Amino acid sequence: MIQFTSIAQMLQGTDGLPLWEAILESDCRSQGISRETSLERMSRLLQAMEDARRDYDPQQRSASGLVGGDGGRMARYGEGDTLCGPFFTEVMACALTMGECNACMKRIVAAPTAGACGVLPAVLLPYARHFGASREELIRALYVASGFGMILAARASISGAEGGCQAEIGSASAMAAPAVVYLQGGTPEQMAHSCAMAVKNLLGLVCDPVGGLVEVPCVKRNVIGAMNALSAAQMALAGITSRIPPDQVLDAMAEVGRALPRSLRETGTGGLAATPFARERFPREL
Amino acid sequence: MNLFDILGPVMVGPSSSHTAGAVRIGLVARALLGQAPEEAQLLLHGSFASTGKGHGTYQALVAGLLGLAPDDARVPNSFALAQEQGLRFSFDTCQLRDAHPNSVLLHLRGREGRKLEVGASSVGGGRIRVFLLDGLPASFDGELPTLVVHNTDQPGCVSQVTGVLARQGINVAALQLNRGGRGGSAVMVLECDQPLPPSAAEEILTLPGILHVSVYTPDKEARL
Repeated sequence: MIQFTSIAQMLQGTDGLPLWEAILESDCRSQGISRETSLERMSRLLQAMEDARRDYDPQQRSASGLVGGDGGRMARYGEGDTLCGPFFTEVMACALTMGECNACMKRIVAAPTAGACGVLPAVLLPYARHFGASREELIRALYVASGFGMILAARASISGAEGGCQAEIGSASAMAAPAVVYLQGGTPEQMAHSCAMAVKNLLGLVCDPVGGLVEVPCVKRNVIGAMNALSAAQMALAGITSRIPPDQVLDAMAEVGRALPRSLRETGTGGLAATPFARERFPREL
Repeated sequence: MNLFDILGPVMVGPSSSHTAGAVRIGLVARALLGQAPEEAQLLLHGSFASTGKGHGTYQALVAGLLGLAPDDARVPNSFALAQEQGLRFSFDTCQLRDAHPNSVLLHLRGREGRKLEVGASSVGGGRIRVFLLDGLPASFDGELPTLVVHNTDQPGCVSQVTGVLARQGINVAALQLNRGGRGGSAVMVLECDQPLPPSAAEEILTLPGILHVSVYTPDKEARL
């Protein structure tokens, strides 16, 4: 089997297998590794996500001092009555936690990038606790996520320098949405539409890191990536579809990424990075 | 591109290109030196120079030189570790021509006195590319077992080296050869499909005209 280059092709090429398993089998063949090796690697990635969350220290601060402590703030807020309810509050806390761990040089799992490392765990780990998914199901959900991620990388981009933040947080969100649809028992078509809707709703998001660092606004953008994934997943589960076919949405994402000016593609020279605050804080960088 | 290029690597943050890739550059440079480095001068170019400090690029490069993997929790503390292990290092910036924005030149001296110059770039997602060895152009990414042979530019070197590999059942995936001038020093880079056993490197070193042999073996597991 050749590697999937479109969502339509991936959905058609399952040979009767569940989608997660078709993705697993296809990757094993193309890499020449056994199913057991692949499953073991994926299990270690899940473990590394859980470890990162567990080892979070709300006292830690990033090198610049701009980032740290917000995961702890959100978790404390979650101990009382919250606006968004316990599940969404935990999702937001987990996204901040992982983003801060990354900014503070802790061990994380790039998913698909380090800057967007919080989105997938923020959706999956709280989901497991609130809805009771098993470890095995979470691993299968990660295969679904990476299957869609491969197509995002092939058709559009997963690099902020190339396609802006839509390629990083947007891609992470578009990987997390179908993973949740899978966990909720949705169909492959619903997974595809959740991916498309997640991309559409973050289309054009620029990469404008203050001082060129993976801190501001990157950490908090993990929150919108996770929340956007859940809303796209819920829309798909409700039977709502993307009017634009999913593959065409990814092509539009690629085109938008190419059209973004260089100043908004990870150069730290436009958008939030060009604000008076940022210029004052990082004069040499700009 | 495979699944684990999308999900993973497990790495110390904050940036796959500025941190994880920088560790890998250090690791490859250490392997190519073939001995523990005692002194390292690192010249940062482009985005490595301008945003490297905030991304932990400095600590990451030193960590790699010490043999730490990109997911080693000690990466942020590599400077202290370097002092313990007797590695002296200094940083400066440089401007390279036509180089990738995330590039570094490393001037290394090993415990046993060997000197080596390595130029390498971090090209995204933790992937790297070595573009310079001892002033000669090179181009390899460390994804395959890689044999680097420094030799005198004289007839027969390539055939003798590939002969040793052939006898050991090792397939060459890509081969580059560059020389400083006719009859001068040359560098051969052979990316191979099979792991390179120490016996192959030892045998190659006994051949006429061969000055130095080093082997880089990618640690795929560490990148996950």
